[in-house]
Amino acid sequence: MSDYMKKGILYGTALVGITAGTLIGISILLRMEHPPIVGVQRGFRGTGLDQIYDPNTLAELAAASKAPRSLPPASAAGVKAATAYKNVKVLGNLSVGQFTRLMVSITGWVAPKQGCSYCHNVANMADDGLYTKIVARRMIQMVQNINGNWQSHVQKVGVTCYTCHGGNPVPKNVWFNNPGPEAATGQVESQTGFGHPTQAINYTSLPYDPFTPYLEGKHDIRVQAETALPTDDMHSIKETEWTYALMVHFSQSLGVNCTYCHNSRSFGDWSQSSPARVTAWYGIRMVRDINNAYLDALGPVFPAYRKGPLGDSAKVNCATCHQGVYKPLFGVSMVTTFPELQGPSTEAEATPPPAAAPPPAETPPAPPAAAPAPAPQ
Amino acid sequence: MAEYQNIFTRVQVRGPAYAGTPLEGRSIYGRSSGAPGFNHLFGRFGDAQIGPIYLGTTGLAALICGFIAFEIIGLNMWASVNWDPVQFIRQLPWLALEPPAPSYGLHFPPLAQGGWWLMAGFFLTTSIILWWVRIYRRARALGLGSHTAWAFGAAIWLYLVLGFIRPLLVGSWSEAVPFGIFPHLDWTAAFSLRYGNLFYNPFHMLSIAFLYGSTLLFAMHAATVLATSRFGAERELEQIADRGTAFERGGLFWRWTMGFNATAESIHRWAWWFAVLCPLTGGIGILLTGTVVDNWYLWGLQHGLVPPYPASWGTIVDPATLPGAPQ
Repeated sequence: MSDYMKKGILYGTALVGITAGTLIGISILLRMEHPPIVGVQRGFRGTGLDQIYDPNTLAELAAASKAPRSLPPASAAGVKAATAYKNVKVLGNLSVGQFTRLMVSITGWVAPKQGCSYCHNVANMADDGLYTKIVARRMIQMVQNINGNWQSHVQKVGVTCYTCHGGNPVPKNVWFNNPGPEAATGQVESQTGFGHPTQAINYTSLPYDPFTPYLEGKHDIRVQAETALPTDDMHSIKETEWTYALMVHFSQSLGVNCTYCHNSRSFGDWSQSSPARVTAWYGIRMVRDINNAYLDALGPVFPAYRKGPLGDSAKVNCATCHQGVYKPLFGVSMVTTFPELQGPSTEAEATPPPAAAPPPAETPPAPPAAAPAPAPQ
Repeated sequence: MAEYQNIFTRVQVRGPAYAGTPLEGRSIYGRSSGAPGFNHLFGRFGDAQIGPIYLGTTGLAALICGFIAFEIIGLNMWASVNWDPVQFIRQLPWLALEPPAPSYGLHFPPLAQGGWWLMAGFFLTTSIILWWVRIYRRARALGLGSHTAWAFGAAIWLYLVLGFIRPLLVGSWSEAVPFGIFPHLDWTAAFSLRYGNLFYNPFHMLSIAFLYGSTLLFAMHAATVLATSRFGAERELEQIADRGTAFERGGLFWRWTMGFNATAESIHRWAWWFAVLCPLTGGIGILLTGTVVDNWYLWGLQHGLVPPYPASWGTIVDPATLPGAPQ
């Protein structure tokens, strides 16, 4: 090889290398958050108990989290809905005016494009033929239950259909039991629940479905030792990774750091935690209640195309309501203008949903042969 | 005029290929493979001569065992994305070969339930230990001290504590580290969370002190050598024989700036101990975690390690302890 060729190869390689390196560097840089970043001190000075906000992200979230204007209140006087209409099981105590106002509002909150016919047979509004009507009735009871019985989490702000739905027939952030991506079977390592990044866990390699054990089931979230020296407590490191995945989801859903609830020098210690941790603790119980008593219970009602890969109904987690904000809709209360949604739940008077449900349009598919979602242990 | 620099030199130092010192009547590369060659790019960073390489029985066995471990890990990771080559590349940093579930304790699990992890661990450990033997024996064959082997041994100690000794003590393979790029990092964070914040573990503190200390010493030493190389500090023979040399200037520099200087020999003793104590103390810290101490924060609280500061949020009570708390 001549010296010129050698030089050519050398400089060619260097050129390609430098170009590739620069491009990779720029693409990494573009994925990062750029200044300004705002830090808000929330705990004792110098302890890092801060919240870090990106004003650009906050502005985007604020624009996306505007509560719609409520319709003017209707008079409570006049004929009751139960008398005026047939088959009104939950909202019969409302006047016709209040009832109509709520129905129009729900249409705007849940099915603005589809209109009344998304839930109703418009030829006979009393008909329970559409599955969406059965679900909607149960969801009204759920909202009443949340506002009436779970003020430990939602406080006086409360929720309406709009909090989760935000104008979508199916809320943007729902989850299903996740059997994981398709994996080879046989003698190779079986699905462990680890090592496949998803948005829900902020693309970590932690377990990708922390929802099934903790937000549908009641698996113990507390893993940190509560005494200095070893006891019989044998919570495993693997289990800790499951808890960690759930906590990553909390942080992502609320747009906050760990220190919003915890003092990171001792995550498990309640006496050093913020009041927000107590609110979150009740939130976990509320979400379990919603998933078990309402969404899972509606399983036979949902058609197959609304269900997950393992045949379960869509369920809620923190992101369903919070959508990246520490308080849904930045704490604007819509329910104050809808006292009928404030509860207490009218559940006792209403028929439980499976009994009221018509036979599903199609037989729900048998759970696929895939293994169930892996569980922490 | 071209000038020799310590890195990125424009000058290629190239003599005739040097085969090595004959030792006890035989060439040290009696069993090495290939004639020495030269590489221009390597010459820009160090010595341009490549080879001879001594592989030997232990080296070959170590490579074979390492390859088996690498294949077990890689193929299981590939199987976890259903043999999809694109997903294998995309998800590679996240993919894991996980240790068995805690329910298996120290038993041998089925292959699909962590058996592969155990096997990969066995072959990787065998490979590393064989490589240690090779390092030791090659050093001895050259008539060198065994410092490199024992430094490598310190790293092996930490590796064995994490993946073998501690799991044995707590009676569960599940406590060991998974194989995988992000998985082993997430495991590390979970380890600290489970055992109440490793920052309050005194041996973790020591390990960090030696880790950062090592980088500091390395920077001081390397800077001294580079700064004195304009006086020929790398030419050791003249340095020993002559006065007013680069070595003396280097020593004077440190006496001026901190009143004390290491010697050309002792600086390497300092560096060796700092480097070796980093994994040695770290390994002790890991070994004590979950066996002797279960929550380092609470342990630190008992021993005055935790600074108290006022609570900012009043009295917060665990809601699970209140009467009538939901499940």
